[in-house]
Amino acid sequence: MAMTADEIAGLIRAGLPDADVTLEDLAGDGNHYRAHVVCPAFRGKTRVQQHQMVYQALGGRMGGVLHALALTTAAPE
Amino acid sequence: MTDANPVYARIENDVRSHPVVLYMKGSPVFPQCGFSAQVVQVLSELGVKFQSYDVLADDSLRQGIKEFSNWPTIPQLYVQGEFVGGCDIVREMYMGGELAEFLREKGIETDNTAA
Repeated sequence: MAMTADEIAGLIRAGLPDADVTLEDLAGDGNHYRAHVVCPAFRGKTRVQQHQMVYQALGGRMGGVLHALALTTAAPE
Repeated sequence: MTDANPVYARIENDVRSHPVVLYMKGSPVFPQCGFSAQVVQVLSELGVKFQSYDVLADDSLRQGIKEFSNWPTIPQLYVQGEFVGGCDIVREMYMGGELAEFLREKGIETDNTAA
């Protein structure tokens, strides 16, 4: 079952309420997304930890229904 | 990792026995997934020698590595026993030249001209 961009962004924002989430549907097939997440809670975290926080927000869907979500993360400037 | 899953001990041993370890789908010559292929490509461009394990050949490893690293996807790169990241992070680090620097700091030989 594919997920829509809005569903994915919604889950990330629900888990990381202050996050600025940009989502692109790369292939237009509802299966290949690129997400950029900027969140104050990322400050002082390693990249791995930042990605883990996003995956946590996605509640186990990453690697399951969400196979191809390219992710970049950053703390706000 | 004190959990009883025996595959954890195997992973622990693997990542400590080899300086650079890649858990991937398929082999470096025949990657079975585009994300795994990308990480192989990056390591090859940097001239880094690495040990790879095909998670498709071993279902307990495929599940175990995800739990071990608390990371939901394959590929996964380890350097000197430390989890570095998956495809996105490896690619991001490579683009900025950060990966080559990180590898050198960890005492891994790279081909400097490619960095």
